[in-house]
Amino acid sequence: MSATGIGAAVRRKEDLRFITGKGQYTDDVVRPGETRAAFVRSPHAHAKIKRIDVDAAKSMPGVIAVLTGTELANDKIGNLICGWMIHSKDGTPMKMAPHPALASGKVNHEGDAVAVVIAETLAQASDAAEKVKVDYEPLPAITDPAKAKSGPQIHDVAPKNTIYEWSLGDAKAVDAAFAAAKHVTKLDIVNNRLVPNAIEPRAALAEYDAGTEHLTLWNTTQNPHVSRLVIAAFVGMAPEHKLRVIAPDVGGGFGSKIFIYPEEVVCLWAARKVGRPVKWTADRSESFVTDAHGRDHVTHAELALDASGKILAMWVKTIANLGAYMSTFSSSVPTYPYATLLSGQYDIPQIYCEVDAVYTNTVPVDAYRGAGRPEATFVVERLVEVAARQMDIDPADLRKRNFIKSFPHQTPVIMAYDAGDYGASLKKALDLADVKGFSKRRREAARHGKLRGIGFSTYIEACGLAPSQAVGSLGCGVGLWESAEVRVNPTGSVEVLTGSHAHGQGHETTFAQLVSERLGIPFDNISIVHGDTDKVQFGMGTYGSRSGAVGMTAVVKALDKIEVKAKKVAAHMLEAAEGDIEFKDGKFTVAGTDKSAAWGDVTLNAYVAHKFAGQELEPGLKETSFYDPTNFTFPAGCHICEVEVDSDTGKTEIVNWTAVDDFGTVVNPMIVEGQVHGGIAQGIGQALLEGAIYDKDGQLLTGSLMDYCMPHAHDLPSFKVGLTETKSPSNPLGIKGCGEAGAIAAPAAVINAITDAIGTEEIGMPATAQAVWSALKRAQPRQAA
Amino acid sequence: MPAVSMTVNGKAVTGDVEARTLLVQFLRENLRLTGTHVGCDTSQCGACVVHIDGIAAKSCTTLALQCEGAKITTIEGLAEPNGPLHPMQEAFREHHGLQCGFCTPGMIMAALDIVRRRGNDLDEHTIREQLDGNICRCTGYHNIVKAIAAGAKAMAKGGARQAAE
Repeated sequence: MSATGIGAAVRRKEDLRFITGKGQYTDDVVRPGETRAAFVRSPHAHAKIKRIDVDAAKSMPGVIAVLTGTELANDKIGNLICGWMIHSKDGTPMKMAPHPALASGKVNHEGDAVAVVIAETLAQASDAAEKVKVDYEPLPAITDPAKAKSGPQIHDVAPKNTIYEWSLGDAKAVDAAFAAAKHVTKLDIVNNRLVPNAIEPRAALAEYDAGTEHLTLWNTTQNPHVSRLVIAAFVGMAPEHKLRVIAPDVGGGFGSKIFIYPEEVVCLWAARKVGRPVKWTADRSESFVTDAHGRDHVTHAELALDASGKILAMWVKTIANLGAYMSTFSSSVPTYPYATLLSGQYDIPQIYCEVDAVYTNTVPVDAYRGAGRPEATFVVERLVEVAARQMDIDPADLRKRNFIKSFPHQTPVIMAYDAGDYGASLKKALDLADVKGFSKRRREAARHGKLRGIGFSTYIEACGLAPSQAVGSLGCGVGLWESAEVRVNPTGSVEVLTGSHAHGQGHETTFAQLVSERLGIPFDNISIVHGDTDKVQFGMGTYGSRSGAVGMTAVVKALDKIEVKAKKVAAHMLEAAEGDIEFKDGKFTVAGTDKSAAWGDVTLNAYVAHKFAGQELEPGLKETSFYDPTNFTFPAGCHICEVEVDSDTGKTEIVNWTAVDDFGTVVNPMIVEGQVHGGIAQGIGQALLEGAIYDKDGQLLTGSLMDYCMPHAHDLPSFKVGLTETKSPSNPLGIKGCGEAGAIAAPAAVINAITDAIGTEEIGMPATAQAVWSALKRAQPRQAA
Repeated sequence: MPAVSMTVNGKAVTGDVEARTLLVQFLRENLRLTGTHVGCDTSQCGACVVHIDGIAAKSCTTLALQCEGAKITTIEGLAEPNGPLHPMQEAFREHHGLQCGFCTPGMIMAALDIVRRRGNDLDEHTIREQLDGNICRCTGYHNIVKAIAAGAKAMAKGGARQAAE
């Protein structure tokens, strides 16, 4: 392994600009003549718009325009769309309601955009926005997904607020397995609604060039090309070749910046209308009521086992809240990344899952770190843990008895796991966490009046999104391949253009490590370019832990072609047959001779083209690859959480965290560990602290960082992180992906630990001090403090 | 509009601002010092932390006019142009104390204030408690805590200038 190659903990290229304040986020970009936008948003969760009076706002100082849904419709700006078609059990397509960028006639959630003010300064735009008078007729609202079907109908196209009623698996076979079971474990689970809260708020800056009729959008997006495609082809803002989307530095995404939102559409439209650049940056309060939320499932799940603890079948019924409109990929989240992972790490012969997706008067819900897989893992790992306790089997043993041990393994829910060693990660985690010493630690804790508990989560995820044919057959409207273009300069330095997008993941470093290793050239001679549709031809962006497995593989494929071409150039230079040229460590040699040419000599010759005729070989050295993976990847591992609960206050302290993950090949262990830490923190946040709460009228009670509890440094422990490795067979690098594992594994580990500590399973998320204290009071503790 | 004068990163600056203009707006929009960020509107996230007369403050909750005559240090002022990085900046890079980088300037400025108040030998518990005013969504804080401990030590060793001079 070289100091900057695959496997090295190389310090990040991108850090210099961030630690010196030189990062360029969307809000940092300023265009000449720039104006500012402020949105007028609905204070009601559900209301008819009877009249909008913009006269007073228009006469305010500095105001350039005040625009509403009426003008938007007049200009024939299309609706936002959901790009994944799900069909109900009865074969009917999902009920996608119109989602205009500015509300038309009716508002459907608090924060729904009603009008926009464009002014010279932000202060003037905000002042004028307050003068827009909207006459609302409030309507009854529904926010609880479990009651949505009987709530007031939100959209004409969706009777009973039902988007789809979908199922996966063989219900009859599952029923038969349950009938024969010795033991059945039943759980009611609420997977709490979360607000992503990337620390950089969403922003958009749009500029129109009337001379070329080109629009440019700087945007906080994880996938600029998908954004451009949707805004061009569906919203109809501009032809695709006349729209440029730039995602500069992006301050965290976690899924929430995948989606195409009303605000960027409005900024583009307004920029062309007023003939000047228009910038909008969310304040945090706006983020809370406009960024797509995550999770929000209500589930009943049952697990059937035989007398020895062998799992026979699983039955799951979930109601998924998709909010007031269908966001870009919202339909997919509670179906394919959810139900297909219900087999966990276990050999389960039969699984049946029903999912009803419903509209409510809440912010749209879409993918948030893990997207469906955390919800699935929580169902599986709670069921298994509770079953073990009920059957008085050690939870680790019950898991071991049911682990899938041979690969490939076809689950009953679509996925074909291709590689893994679940026993190995469990064993390593048991050792690292010193589970053997737990009873002693529990007794010690009891002496100090603390209830100590331990919880496991042996999770699996499907990452490396995704084989295009496979997702296409499941309803996805796009392909999920990735592109790479490798440009070798005459002096031998290299630029890699990737369709992946980094917003914290460190691609500028890890992708350069790959190139450095492969070409044997210095790490500093490599630049990674991403996030601009004028530079990168097309790409699918970053989510679903796909950039290593898919994005880097595209780079490998392009590098393969570079090597072939460079060898042709070297053959001409060295006057040898092409087949005799070998390439290693940045040097071309003729096999069996001492003749050689350095990388830089070959790259220069590729461009000066003095050694070969144009008829024989084209000058230049640039290659492109579009790589479509052959399968998903299946990262998996074991997280163990140890907690101490103060029985007087209900406060939970996480005292130990052990994570052992199998991500296949690790390109940069420092970055991978960082991804694990961050994922765990979000998972612990879900389990202990975070929850978006709506009142019955649809007001978001947790609408600021004062009310919504984000994890702070003092809420979290340091993490013990270890790795096991089975290579992914579905890509040449053997990478599985690491971005979401922590968020997927953690919630079940925390709740399993707390329930172990307090001796009752009756606790929801977030397990706040109050919730734990109440659960303790309701239950007879298994262990006295 | 009233005028305001202050020293920012060692340079005397003046500007006309509305009475309601926040220090962070003055820094970002008037002076184009965009390293100081805004991540919330309730003074929770700490992305906007700068030093005012040597003490950490949230520039999103400070009026520009309050800073008349004050000495302000922002993230851009920690290292001389083309000079070596401040040890705390270096520690964040060395210990992977950042991912997306958005909270990082505020984290570094807050870290320097922890060192000012609590000294160079910082234990994990102290750092975690003292970071209450700064939120990071990416790192889970694990490496930020390590970076601050190491940066604090490096500042003592190198006799580095305190950031908040």
